[in-house]
Amino acid sequence: MAEYAVEMQDVLKQFVTPEGGILAAVNHVTMQIRDGEFFSLLGPSGCGKTTSLRMIAGFELPTDGKILIHGKEMSQVPAFQRPVNTVFQQYALFPHMTVEQNIGFGLEMKGVGRTERSRRISEALEMVRLPGMEMRRPKQLSGGQQQRIALARALINKPEVLLLDEPLGALDLKLRKEMQLELKTLQREVGITFIYVTHDQEEALTMSDRIAVMSKGVALQIGKPEEIYERPANKFVADFIGETNFLDGVVKQQNGSTVEVELNGTDTICVESSRTFTNGQQVAVAVRPEKLRLNSPVQDGNNLKGRVEDVIYIGTDTHYRVRFAGGQKVRIREQNVNQGYYQHSNPGDEVTISFTHNSPRILTE
Amino acid sequence: MVNFFRRNKAVQLLGLISPGMLWILVFFNLPLLIVLFISFVERGRAGSIKLPPVYTLENYRQLFNACSSQFAGPECDSLLYIGIFWHSVRIGLIVTFWCIILGYPLSYFISRQKQVWRDALMILVIIPFWTNFLVRTYALKQVLATEGLLNSFLTGLHLINQPLNLLFNEFAVIVGLIYGYLPFAILPMYASIEKFDHSLMEAAADLGAPPRRAFLRVMLPMTLPGVIAALVLVFVPVVGAFITPDIMGGGKIEMIGTLINRQFGVSRNWPFGASMSLMLMLLVLIGVIAYFRSSSEETRRAM
Repeated sequence: MAEYAVEMQDVLKQFVTPEGGILAAVNHVTMQIRDGEFFSLLGPSGCGKTTSLRMIAGFELPTDGKILIHGKEMSQVPAFQRPVNTVFQQYALFPHMTVEQNIGFGLEMKGVGRTERSRRISEALEMVRLPGMEMRRPKQLSGGQQQRIALARALINKPEVLLLDEPLGALDLKLRKEMQLELKTLQREVGITFIYVTHDQEEALTMSDRIAVMSKGVALQIGKPEEIYERPANKFVADFIGETNFLDGVVKQQNGSTVEVELNGTDTICVESSRTFTNGQQVAVAVRPEKLRLNSPVQDGNNLKGRVEDVIYIGTDTHYRVRFAGGQKVRIREQNVNQGYYQHSNPGDEVTISFTHNSPRILTE
Repeated sequence: MVNFFRRNKAVQLLGLISPGMLWILVFFNLPLLIVLFISFVERGRAGSIKLPPVYTLENYRQLFNACSSQFAGPECDSLLYIGIFWHSVRIGLIVTFWCIILGYPLSYFISRQKQVWRDALMILVIIPFWTNFLVRTYALKQVLATEGLLNSFLTGLHLINQPLNLLFNEFAVIVGLIYGYLPFAILPMYASIEKFDHSLMEAAADLGAPPRRAFLRVMLPMTLPGVIAALVLVFVPVVGAFITPDIMGGGKIEMIGTLINRQFGVSRNWPFGASMSLMLMLLVLIGVIAYFRSSSEETRRAM
């Protein structure tokens, strides 16, 4: 077995647009997906994540570049011979077949005998916790049940890689959260590489071992959830994953790993960074709302003056919108730890906003 | 009175459907009863029927024994009419087969085009309907004639030395019928195939089905209602066709339709024509019912 389950090597996929132009849905993407990994392709619609998945499945061929599955080049292998299976967004269950026939379809194509087939079908139904559903028709099942059948239909074939195209998109929020955990558990149990396409950043963070954030056909950053969240590579990733405050400023000077940034206006802050910047460089300082403190100054940190503009109570948290003396605004998120909600600050109050040196991240692009 | 109509949904509904019901009753069901009546009476001397009516089963006996018909000549051939029935059914099956074989891929092709192209192509399929059927059949005759378009083209290219005998034979009749009835096959199949969700073919491929098996296991069963509709819509009128066999067959190809047509025309034997018509109806009815019975399970699944 090769080290990587799937490799995309400089893959380009161009489409002709209805206007006659050429659009690169996937623009020279290179990524390696490790064996046994839960890997997510995350991005807004049109970022190329589904096209990438369809190329791995064999429904589309790359315009240029190579796709390898366990080290084997796939360009000459049609979809029906690839060692992968797909869970489709709308499930694509065969409506004219029973659940049993749907799940058994892959085995039937492989020529697995009837008794062996029905044994494995009931095992598969057991696995997705829908035993005894053999004789039902897809349209007699709820959305969540159809989703599980689609999963069973794919997994029963023991694919080398399972491809999932926003499989939870059609489910309601509560069921979706349930299925997220269930999928993750299932993936650990069966040990199959999962490639999961989603536009939901929370879903990707919850389930994935690693995430590739895509935008406009390009993989902007590939890494573990905490890497992507804590150390976003650029403004797009910082903005797309979670919530971020961007503060524009200019680098004043750098002492080792401490960078002094003068924010547009009057305030100057210190930020820890492993990168080297030139004095006078335009940068954006990205800092997450939950890393900002209101009226609880941090020693050896940044403590800035501001005025509260807005207070929004959302149950678990309270969100404050605060304007710095220099004019830039930030959002602050405070957890409502204590029982009995009371508002710390009111709109119009003068407050101190504090954060440590290592909580923001300096981004240049 | 007005209130009664307003309140009673069933009465309202009856009011809506009754013009159509009346039409069918007066112009379809009643004439059918008249045909049934005529088939059980003796023929009149100058056509029509003998009055007052004399009841007889002779018209049905004649179907299985051509001796008593002046039409069969001196020799007895008890299988003459049965043979013509069988011949018609055979032509019907061949024509239906080719209409489906030609129409299915075409319907598929059209359904896969962009919306604008789909509409344009479907109009091209439907346009021939706007031309008179006779004119179209005569036009096709000109194409297949000895000195016709096709033969001139082939001899012009020196692909053949002698013009081919393309007209006034069974081949010509079959070509003419396929030409005439292909749109009837395309329309219902197109309606079925257009509704078909092609992501199911991707799902089948994904599960390891080569294209041919994916078609047979997924696409064909799901579009079967359209195919069955095409089958009925083509087979039923083709078995009873009489204009096309007359023109393309030049009177040499006998089908039930031409035979019945003659009984009401030159042969002036209305009762025999009536009995043949009813036999044809019965035959088609049995055929269609048998087909639906055998495929009802498949059809239900495909729905």
